Amino acid sequence: MPNPTEAKRILEAALLASPEPVSLTDLRRLFDDQVGPDTLDKLLAELRQDWSGRAVELVSLASGWRFQTLPEFRPFVEKLQPERPPRYSRAVLETLAIIAYRQPVTRGDIEDIRGVVVSTQIIQSLENRGWIDVVGHRETPGRPALYATSRTFLDDLGLRSLQELPPLEEIAKTLQLEPEPASAVPAAANEPAAG
Amino acid sequence: MSEPVQLPSAARVARLYGEPYIELPRDLYIPPDALEVILDAFEGPLDLLLYLIRKENLDILDIPMAPLTRQYLEYVEALRATNLELAAEYLVMAAMLMEIKSRLLLPRPPVAESIEHDPRAELVRRLLQYEQIKQAAQQLDQLPQLGRDVLAVSVWVERSVAERLPEVSPQDLAQAWRTLLYRARMTAHHRVSREELSVREHMSGVLRRLQERRVLEFGELFDPARGVAVLVVTLLAVLELAREMLIEITQSENFAPIYVKLAHAESH
Repeated sequence: MPNPTEAKRILEAALLASPEPVSLTDLRRLFDDQVGPDTLDKLLAELRQDWSGRAVELVSLASGWRFQTLPEFRPFVEKLQPERPPRYSRAVLETLAIIAYRQPVTRGDIEDIRGVVVSTQIIQSLENRGWIDVVGHRETPGRPALYATSRTFLDDLGLRSLQELPPLEEIAKTLQLEPEPASAVPAAANEPAAG
Repeated sequence: MSEPVQLPSAARVARLYGEPYIELPRDLYIPPDALEVILDAFEGPLDLLLYLIRKENLDILDIPMAPLTRQYLEYVEALRATNLELAAEYLVMAAMLMEIKSRLLLPRPPVAESIEHDPRAELVRRLLQYEQIKQAAQQLDQLPQLGRDVLAVSVWVERSVAERLPEVSPQDLAQAWRTLLYRARMTAHHRVSREELSVREHMSGVLRRLQERRVLEFGELFDPARGVAVLVVTLLAVLELAREMLIEITQSENFAPIYVKLAHAESH
């Protein structure tokens, strides 16, 4: 096994050469599996530290580690980009949020929450982006497809797992059936919509 | 529309059924020229309802049902021309609002009161759920996104520039030279032996065998066991015999066996 400094440089070269996240398994293969997971974690943490203060950072994602530009340089990097990525509409974002937070869900589930029909284009645009895919079918009439977010979704949003999604905000407190004096009011209003 | 049974609280009545109450319904109407803009701004009936509730800081229970319903129906009218599917959804919501109102107005038997669900509960649950997702969607959008906010870094790796050519070591060259020398020696050997294995000698041999058997399959003329040199000389012999029209070489069709026999002139 190479000394730590050399090992870090090997990791650096491998990570810089790949636009895709490199998995820990692949990184260990660099050293013919002679480097333990703990050592690898330590080396990567050090390497990330080495790069702090630069315009590029080393990040840990769902499928591995990747070098990427810092978000604050977006306006500058954008100037040299031939095309700008289109922003997603609210309909697409809400659909994505429902799939991300409530997965696996069917199109019907999404429609229930949004209160409007979910168009095929919305689902398709998310599928084409590689952010969602069908993970199964609900055993109800019509066997509707169950959608879930993919690893690419986590990678592209800089997340390691779904647990790193921004927490759902507790809204129930601001909107309640409070003024109802009758005893008939059930606990429904207090039940968090998060389910 | 008043809610005599459900909302006896004086404070609430004062706030909603006093002066502000008079103003409220007007504000809930959508001016026809503003309709187009608002259509784009809302994601659906839930979204609109949520907006109205938040904007007016209303409790969901205090929304005067009649103006709200009227407004929804205006939506439906306007939408019918452009988006029937969406119009249906707004219509469903209008129906739901009216149903809630009507159920609230109906006197409930006191016994069933504790069992019966509040008709508004489901609407409130859906509104809360939708608002939560709406906020979550905004938060998701604020996360740095690959391709939009951040770019993956990849340095230029040289292998992608130049075609990779095989490497040649001095040892390879030496080996190649040795092979050449070896082959040259083999050739020299051939030259010497060609006099021994003379073509004409083999021509005789072939003719001899043909006299015994009259017809031989082409392959039978050759004996691989005696080495390449002999094979080559034998072939030359056969070709020479054919050129001198001492034998006939025939093949009925492509890939069929080739037969060699003595030419008629030579046959005894």
